[in-house]
Amino acid sequence: MSAAAGALERAYRDERAAVLATVTRRLDGDLALAEDVVQDAFVAAAVEWDRRGVPDRPGAWLTTTAWRKALDRLRHDRVAAAHAPDLVQPVSYDPEHDFERSSVDDDQLRMLFTCCHPALAAEARMALTLRSVAGLTVPEIARAFLSSESAMERRLVRARAKITTARIPFRVPPDELLSDRLAGVMRVVYLIYTEGHVATHGDAPVRGDLCDEAIRLARLLARLMPDEADALGLLAFLLLTDARRAARLDPDGSFVSLEEQDRGHWDAERIGDGVAVLDRALRLGRPGPYVVQAAIAALHAQAPAWEATDWPQIAALYAELARFDASPVVAINRAVAVGLAEGPVAGLEILDGLGADPRLDRYQPLFAARAELLRRAGDAAGAAAAYTQAIELSGNDAERAALERRRDSVA
Amino acid sequence: MQYLLMLHFPPGHGPQEGTPEFDAEMKRWGELNDELREAGVLVAVSGLHVDAVTTVRAPGGDLAVTDGPYAETKEILFSFYVISVPDLDAATSWAAKMPSAEYGSVEVRPMVDQLT
Repeated sequence: MSAAAGALERAYRDERAAVLATVTRRLDGDLALAEDVVQDAFVAAAVEWDRRGVPDRPGAWLTTTAWRKALDRLRHDRVAAAHAPDLVQPVSYDPEHDFERSSVDDDQLRMLFTCCHPALAAEARMALTLRSVAGLTVPEIARAFLSSESAMERRLVRARAKITTARIPFRVPPDELLSDRLAGVMRVVYLIYTEGHVATHGDAPVRGDLCDEAIRLARLLARLMPDEADALGLLAFLLLTDARRAARLDPDGSFVSLEEQDRGHWDAERIGDGVAVLDRALRLGRPGPYVVQAAIAALHAQAPAWEATDWPQIAALYAELARFDASPVVAINRAVAVGLAEGPVAGLEILDGLGADPRLDRYQPLFAARAELLRRAGDAAGAAAAYTQAIELSGNDAERAALERRRDSVA
Repeated sequence: MQYLLMLHFPPGHGPQEGTPEFDAEMKRWGELNDELREAGVLVAVSGLHVDAVTTVRAPGGDLAVTDGPYAETKEILFSFYVISVPDLDAATSWAAKMPSAEYGSVEVRPMVDQLT
């Protein structure tokens, strides 16, 4: 590979997101146009760098080139002519300033909030964040979501067009919107992680590439918003959960429950990293839902064995989590923790309270949890019946196989 | 940037005419309209008669004038605003202040042409 080609590849991987964010800000949030001209700038770089050598500051070169191309387009685009005069200012561009760390960071943060804006569809938020912040290519994102490239491209184009047309502002939201919007950003990062962690469809149960991207995004968010306890909490939670990745599947690709996992396969370095981030989050005070979830994950990660887990503490943390999140998942996890702390009957009582909700009639985790607690209570027949219901409701081959093994063990 | 806010509500929801709740809501609409005017964002506003709607179609040039859609439909369009604000966040925060957002919906549509 020539020096120019190598430099171009590095710039595409390491600097594209920063260049895109800077150009988007300069274009007053017009992400659709910014995406096009940044692409043009990379095409120009492929020719120019080979011919004239790699510039000293590839990122600054790409930003300048993209910006010039944007001005060319705006001048030629009669539809956009109305707002072009605002943009054509002689001193409107300062490569030195734009490539200071703080300025790049600010633009990255704006990009993250814009890509995760609630006026965009949930799937589009994930795809756009992976494209415009994480810098994944369209084929990579399409593969990650098991979608075709053309469908993914259409989804991205539509989302960018909405940002431009509806004028979704390119900014970090003002105080009165910030906590809601930050929760929305964290939700997108979390969903990207879970999409990789428990693939909702398809044969590959864990897609590590998405897990890694989500952790990179969480790291970025934690670095950009170091005073937000829950941003640190999200990073800690993902690290501590991800530390168990290698132990979650057996050689056949079946899910291994937390109880049965070989703790020797947990990533000790990741656990240490996660616990350190959690400590920082806890020192900030005001723990949010992700800090609580990280604390739960830390207790699991630090327990030498399933039996030695601090269940009373985990049950208390789930009760705390339920204050933020009244979803059945949290209630079910609390029931299981209570069942392990105080005995299966106490846990089953909590599940019985949930069973009255008709929306949960076909809710797989409820049946899986009931089966587990019935098994511990010594009700083999009841447990087998509940496992059968859970198996019928499972949408994931590996999960189904794991439940079948458990059912066979009580039969 | 101008946005059209289209206000819908499902029939039977919200306060009924002649009740104190209805009067209280009318007062809130008045205050909201004053606030919009004072902020300099209001371009146009009107309520709409919901039970006297006429629909016109001319497929292939054949004029067809029909009565409706009727007020029994799922969601009734009963009012609209045109506001001029910097961005979508500003438009949605005004939309959120509409009393009917509590029981109906406010559709926020960016406008192609700007009304004066």
